Amino acid sequence: MQIIKDKAIIEDNWTHYSGEGDLPEGNLIVSLDLWQEMDFSGRNIGLQLEPDDMLSDIKDDLHHFDLIAINFPTFADGRGYSMAKILRDRLGYKKEIRAVGDIMRDQLFYLQRCGFNAYEIKSGRDIVDALEAFDDFSIKYQTSSDEDVPLYRRR
Amino acid sequence: MYQYNENDQQIVDERVVQFRGQVKRRLSGELKEDEFRILRLQNGLYLQIQAYMLRVAVPYGLLSSRQLRMLAHIATKYDRGYGHMTTRQNIQFNWPKLEDVPNILDDLASVQMHAIQTSGNCIRNISADQFAGVAQDEIVDPRPYAEIMRQWSTFHPEFAYLPRKFKFAFTGAAQDRAAILFHDIGYRAVKNNAGEVGFKVYVGGGMGRTPMIGKLVNEFVPEKDLLVYTEAIMRVYNQFGRRDNKYKARIKILVHELKLPKFTELVEMEFAALRQEGAVPLDMAEIERVAAHFTDPDYLDLPDQSDAFNQHLQDDKDFSLWVKQNILAHKKSGYAIVNLSLKKPGVPPGDITDEQMLSVADIADDYSFGEIRSTHEQNLVFADVRKDDLYQVWQALKDVGFAEPNIGTLQDMICCPGLDFCTLANARSIPIADKITTCFDDMDYLYDLGELKLKMSGCINACGHHHVGHIGILGVNKKGQELYQITLGGSAGDDASIGKIIGPGFDQDEIIPALKNILSTYTRLREEGEDFLAAYRRLGMSPFKEQLYANN
Repeated sequence: MQIIKDKAIIEDNWTHYSGEGDLPEGNLIVSLDLWQEMDFSGRNIGLQLEPDDMLSDIKDDLHHFDLIAINFPTFADGRGYSMAKILRDRLGYKKEIRAVGDIMRDQLFYLQRCGFNAYEIKSGRDIVDALEAFDDFSIKYQTSSDEDVPLYRRR
Repeated sequence: MYQYNENDQQIVDERVVQFRGQVKRRLSGELKEDEFRILRLQNGLYLQIQAYMLRVAVPYGLLSSRQLRMLAHIATKYDRGYGHMTTRQNIQFNWPKLEDVPNILDDLASVQMHAIQTSGNCIRNISADQFAGVAQDEIVDPRPYAEIMRQWSTFHPEFAYLPRKFKFAFTGAAQDRAAILFHDIGYRAVKNNAGEVGFKVYVGGGMGRTPMIGKLVNEFVPEKDLLVYTEAIMRVYNQFGRRDNKYKARIKILVHELKLPKFTELVEMEFAALRQEGAVPLDMAEIERVAAHFTDPDYLDLPDQSDAFNQHLQDDKDFSLWVKQNILAHKKSGYAIVNLSLKKPGVPPGDITDEQMLSVADIADDYSFGEIRSTHEQNLVFADVRKDDLYQVWQALKDVGFAEPNIGTLQDMICCPGLDFCTLANARSIPIADKITTCFDDMDYLYDLGELKLKMSGCINACGHHHVGHIGILGVNKKGQELYQITLGGSAGDDASIGKIIGPGFDQDEIIPALKNILSTYTRLREEGEDFLAAYRRLGMSPFKEQLYANN
């Protein structure tokens, strides 16, 4: 499957694993529950957070994860934006933060501003077309994970 | 008023391009309606019963004559020749075609206007005291802060998909005219003993089906912390506001369920954490840059008394009635604040035609520095008229139809569009409003009643603010029949209160007799000089209720 990472289309080398069936080869993205239940030692693990998950529960375990995926069950649920911001700005997480679920081009501008750098575009949508959305706006008023200085100091 | 610089303009221009693309993808079928719905709402585009409705932002109610002329142009070219002033000081057009909307946005952008975040579960257009900068009781002019907040909230990346819509209001006057206690966040600009500006911050007010009065979360947020403190509130809400039930999703429910001390603690913790991470406080230079757009216009030094004005007052009774009812004292001697009434029989409250817009723009150019303001009570204001010119302004406004001397009377009601337009409504409201203004048209009687705020909503969502009407009317649907419930004792001001339902509702033929009955109880029992709200608060519901349902 292709995803967008760092504003480029790449072949994804991670597999979502729900706990059902045989353990796949390679890099695995698993839920918080599964990570707590199963022994994944020796594997590259990505953690998938749901909007209800509490960051306070995992803040001391971040070094275990090579990737954190944040799920958007529907794109109207905006909790993931705050999650990513807190992971980047407060908890200092530097590796990949990936948006998964109900993701299409219209959210990419906001997502990148909150610290996401990878995106699984939902099926049926043009991933090449989606790349353009990072540049929907060339000017940003606010500071955020991608901008330390407010616009009025950049003038 | 604020003038866009190239950055502000570019953001608005780029939004037009983005939305044009979204409309194109919708028309081609690439975007499904349930996806497009969320995207179009973020740009003020609703799908109503018969057509799309586009809500255009009028930030804190300030309009230039040039902007008003463009709104007239849009009403003529893309709509049916009129617009509708809303209770968030915005204007909405009821009949645009979807494929025309990007072109309308282009026209708006050409005069520094837009429809950004006038709907959707995001931070909405910011409202403020319509007399900001000219009121005699003003302590701090809230407009620069409202504009700074407008910029900060525009396309804020973290807060575009909140649990529910989110409304800010600002006042900086002794008397709250912006209903700040009924907003998600209300900001009251104050000065401390050292003369520094800060904000009393109230959170969790709102109307809707669960009306609540905003609670004081911080007594004094220094102006430099305005944005970071707000960010803390928004982040607490975005994370913990309920998303399982849209009727329990507003921040008022979060504050209510957590209780104020716990909510405040979460906000303070978040604020402290943000500061520790290096959140950028507001620069004084930026406050001053924005404030420089809100300096006084070139007032003349005039005596407080105007001979011409005084003579006209003596000679023309109609003029003097208008002055008494629709004119307010101005901070600058020799000037006055003029309220334009958009309420009269035969016209839905707040409606304004394209020709009226053009005329109002002309009068504003001639007599009020080319500026017009909109109010949350669905009227317009000329903020800076010379007393010497009031007679001419009155005559000009009579020609336009906006000189009804009924500001603050029962005729000056707030009313939502109701079942005639809105998919949410349970009952019609505009025809009932028309019945009321037509029936209660004896101005001597209305003046005798004194200040009386009547507010009407066509459903429980309370867009017509019925909860805070001294008399409120709520349209409901009982077994297929439109009924109207009456509430008494609401107030949106500093003495905020939520009206109580008096009893069983009335049908459209019974509502006028019911109102007459309630008003007769008031006139019978009031004390000398006591207005309706004060009388109700003294007397309680009982005497009103007993007389109203006496024959049942």
